[in-house]
Amino acid sequence: MTRIHDMGGRFGDGPVPREDDESRTFAKDWHGRALALTVAAGALGKWNIDASRHVKECLPPADYARFGYYEKWLAGLANLLVEHGIASPEEIATGRSDAPAPDDLAARRLDAARVKTALRSGGPSARDSSDGPAFALGAQVRTSAIAGNRMQNGGHTRLPAYAAGRVGTVVLHHGAHVFPDSNAHFNGEAPQHLYTVSFAAGDLWQHAESPHDEVRLDLWEGYLEPA
Amino acid sequence: MDSGRFDFTDLCILNRSSTTCFRANTGRWTGARKPAQDDAMPHDHHDDNPHSLLPSEPALRVKALETILVEKGLIDPAALDAIIDLYERDIGPQIGAGLVARAWNDPEFRTTLLTDADRVITELGHGGRQGEHVVVVENTPDTHNLVVCTLCSCYPWPLLGIPPGWYKSDSYRARAVREPRTVLAEFGVTLAEGTAVRVWDSTAEIRYLVLPMRPDGTEGLDETALARLVTRDSMIGTGLPHSAGTTA
Repeated sequence: MTRIHDMGGRFGDGPVPREDDESRTFAKDWHGRALALTVAAGALGKWNIDASRHVKECLPPADYARFGYYEKWLAGLANLLVEHGIASPEEIATGRSDAPAPDDLAARRLDAARVKTALRSGGPSARDSSDGPAFALGAQVRTSAIAGNRMQNGGHTRLPAYAAGRVGTVVLHHGAHVFPDSNAHFNGEAPQHLYTVSFAAGDLWQHAESPHDEVRLDLWEGYLEPA
Repeated sequence: MDSGRFDFTDLCILNRSSTTCFRANTGRWTGARKPAQDDAMPHDHHDDNPHSLLPSEPALRVKALETILVEKGLIDPAALDAIIDLYERDIGPQIGAGLVARAWNDPEFRTTLLTDADRVITELGHGGRQGEHVVVVENTPDTHNLVVCTLCSCYPWPLLGIPPGWYKSDSYRARAVREPRTVLAEFGVTLAEGTAVRVWDSTAEIRYLVLPMRPDGTEGLDETALARLVTRDSMIGTGLPHSAGTTA
């Protein structure tokens, strides 16, 4: 099993909710503040994007389901701050700092003048690899029978449950990319070749809408075996 | 109400190993054990974990976390303003629309965009966070592309801005892969018979942008006029471009 966030294919959610006013980038002012705070805290470099995804996935399912999108971000940020020793539970509870951060961490603060450059450069995940790809375009591959992190029980993974144990065709090769299953747990970037794999809708769903439809996923080599 | 403070009836009792708070909104006590270093599942956050200590009102949760980090010298409040400003004013669907319009008018550019989007995007200065690796996928009479992220909310920020709420909703994430045609119908999109749906589930750091089909009757339009026909949803796949002469 994976976790509450792994909802692809799930039944029961009803129509897609549409905003009344789509002209606003942030429906509420605090949404923008939550996003900015999360981005700026991430720039401190204490965690990576995979860890930041995983901490949201690890919210109790009841909280994950009831929280709005940016509420999940805030909960994730609070938990990361405590997990990485930046803030104590007491500080989270009182909303005040008991002590300044160490100088080396404070030196990494994202200042306003650096914002555009930092966001414009981003954080590419492609890495050089001395190993060639195991699969060629057009190869038939089977995904792992179980969608789950192989190294860490309950750990982060990017193979959705709905595509586990299915046969598809490699349609794109993206070179080697940081492997989230390792990186989310600070066990190194461990880059692996990344592919786009195409699955016939009828191979994923009991009642596919059309036999001609397909779903494509980006999957790391470690999730795949020859089929 | 002063948004910089907690609800006055919230009360927290702190001691060496735990924190317990009374939450006025729920009438319940919540506790937070200090996380032990030897927890077998250090990433699992149950009811007694830090996020449950935050105030009940989301705007106050933001304020609490911002205050802590500013006081620690880790956050520059002006940087938060700058980030919000960037995504409210500079970065949005108009950037993607410019690429689409140019591709409609310039066959060579279109070919490069479809085969090496990263090069085009870097050259035009449109790279950045959540758009480090981009693949542009083309709609044709045979194939309609639809982009989703079932596991979270991956989206090409530098080309389309911050994703709309519906893109991040459970319903869209759950259903776009299993019943894309039903979802498309909710968005008012009906495909021609014989058009297959190709759903892209953004499970890695590759971000997808749909190149919609150029509307009929737009042969004489320049890039600026064409860009006005390109909607955000048409670049996600949940919409089609405006028809010629019907720019919203």
